[in-house]
Amino acid sequence: MAIIVDTETRLVVQGLTGSEGRFHGLRNRDYGTQLVAGVTPGKGGQDVEGVPVFDTVAAAVAEAGANTSMIFVPAPFAADAIYEAVDAGIATIVCITEGIPAHEMLRIHAFVQPRGVTLIGPNCPGALSPGKANVGIIPAEIFREGAIGLVSRSGTLTYQIGHELTQLGLGNSTIVGIGGDPVVGSSFVDVLALFEADPQTERVVMVGEIGGDEEEKAAAFIEGEMSKPVVAYIAGFTAPPGKTMGHAGAIISGSVGTAQAKKDALEAKGIRVGTTPTETAELVASLARA
Amino acid sequence: MLAHGRWRLPAAGRLARAVDLYEYQGKELFRRHGIPVSEGRLATSPAAARAAAQELGGAVVVKAQVLTGGRGKAGGIKLAESPAEAEARAREILGLDIRGHTVQKLWIERASDIEREYYLSLTFDRSTKKPLFMFTTQGGVDIEEVAATSPDALVRLHVDPLEGFHPWQGRRLVYEAGVESPGEQKQIAAIAGRLYAAFLGYEAMLCEVNPLIVTPEGEVRALDSKFTVDDNALFRLPEIAEMRDLAAADPLEALAREKGVTYVKLDGEVGVLGNGAGLTMSTVDVVTFVGGRPANFCDLGGGGDAQGVVDALEVITRDPQVSAIFFNIFGGITRCDEVARGILQALEQMGIEDPIVVRLDGTNAEEGRRLLQEAAKANVHAEATMLEGARRAVELAGAAG
Repeated sequence: MAIIVDTETRLVVQGLTGSEGRFHGLRNRDYGTQLVAGVTPGKGGQDVEGVPVFDTVAAAVAEAGANTSMIFVPAPFAADAIYEAVDAGIATIVCITEGIPAHEMLRIHAFVQPRGVTLIGPNCPGALSPGKANVGIIPAEIFREGAIGLVSRSGTLTYQIGHELTQLGLGNSTIVGIGGDPVVGSSFVDVLALFEADPQTERVVMVGEIGGDEEEKAAAFIEGEMSKPVVAYIAGFTAPPGKTMGHAGAIISGSVGTAQAKKDALEAKGIRVGTTPTETAELVASLARA
Repeated sequence: MLAHGRWRLPAAGRLARAVDLYEYQGKELFRRHGIPVSEGRLATSPAAARAAAQELGGAVVVKAQVLTGGRGKAGGIKLAESPAEAEARAREILGLDIRGHTVQKLWIERASDIEREYYLSLTFDRSTKKPLFMFTTQGGVDIEEVAATSPDALVRLHVDPLEGFHPWQGRRLVYEAGVESPGEQKQIAAIAGRLYAAFLGYEAMLCEVNPLIVTPEGEVRALDSKFTVDDNALFRLPEIAEMRDLAAADPLEALAREKGVTYVKLDGEVGVLGNGAGLTMSTVDVVTFVGGRPANFCDLGGGGDAQGVVDALEVITRDPQVSAIFFNIFGGITRCDEVARGILQALEQMGIEDPIVVRLDGTNAEEGRRLLQEAAKANVHAEATMLEGARRAVELAGAAG
């Protein structure tokens, strides 16, 4: 099973003819992902190592049967690329592009949400279901197939924790990097819900960090809606307090956004939080033995 | 203890920095959007302050321009009845240290008579993913205090990002907050709409007016401004990009920015270098947990070629407090052999003597480890894991210190 990407994934890469899009798109294909199309306006009719390129996402859907898009176009054009993918009926969008303005993401989030589209990112490493499909830039060789769902706001920290799990003989159902921007398409709660419903996933590791209140929301969701055990890790305990110019930020949600506040919120709901990546992996392993 | 005041967290999260504007810059943006502000002039010397006061005529307020709060309490805002007095006050305020910021600019503004002080702000609320208005008639004071002691006095109203602002929202703010004068109601409701336009147009993360004053004549005006703009939007806001004051940053951080290295100065002895914000933050944490004190947060970023490593080491080693360096690299896009080459190149070019602990995993890690081993540098120590690397670096920093 796994979530978000699997053997049913038929991938179109928006920006396949760019250097990054090409490198990672082909790398995903080498892993076994069905890469069916690329989209670059003005380059329709060309191909990238046998992968047909179309001018529009609509054509990639109609002619190549794409159902998932990975976006590699530069930040100034990335929002437009997301809207185009949604309009073309793409159900799963993974946006790797970094640097999309936050206001743009507010509108995209409000647009995507009611349409039932799964948007991962932006500014994220993507999703990997070991043994099935890789959509993004996650180095697949670190991970092995298994029963642990991994969801994270960070890229390299995810690799670190995945590596620690592998060292302990544990594998993953899917690894999802949701991105660290202030507004992302899918939150921890969205991905945790998918893991809860996924038969392959038995346990989940959630890797959070300072800022925002998504970890706090996840704590409430885990307590109320999840039967599968979750272990958490939070980065940024020793980050110095923020320089805040105005005071509005601190009083909006009632959350201070610090690592300690997030740890407290999680532990209050009975969720275990590792102090280091190593300890986090060991906590997961101890659950596996139990 | 840890350094404070530089790392823009948790408001923005990560190290995605937002651009803070000075009061006078924010007011200029307000003025352009039709939000009334007092007339003023910028001055960087006592003589210029005097000339500004002369031009404005009458009493003026001399206000320190620094990117931090608490100016009033620190003696950075003073009234002057005459040009001579403005010059004297400017002499006192220029060069003043306010929470680690040295005053280099002054805003000389026509003094206002104040009848009442309100508070109005528009924030990027990442929790609900909508812009959020907050308004209260209890302005001029610490707004966190108002939120804590009389939460009902603080009116909150979200705006749907797809729908945008509608005039009823301005009316709702003033009626719910209990503004009584019809003249004030009308002006504030209009100002709310204009603030939304400014917030949207300049892609702000925060627009705060505290206080929003009412003069004895019943005129509503913005007496202060906190304006913060999203870094990611600067490519389409060239004017704001120019407003950013790079000189206000810590010199090491400014050098890092110039070199394209993400660097935050901390107070300890262990220089920390990682790739990716999350892993680097986690590395800083782990160094602390094993008993060390991180000297900095330094993120090589996604790519990280040999030159990037050299640049980062140049920044880190400029800090005289650093006595050991810990490289924690998990290669994805970053290739560990490139990192190893960068370390060796930096050792050659800069003659670094501090011990360097290196932990490499991921893409091309074996090749990277082999390069380091072959070079056999006395002060380079390879460790197999993040935790062991952190312990070793802390130990070596202690031995050196």
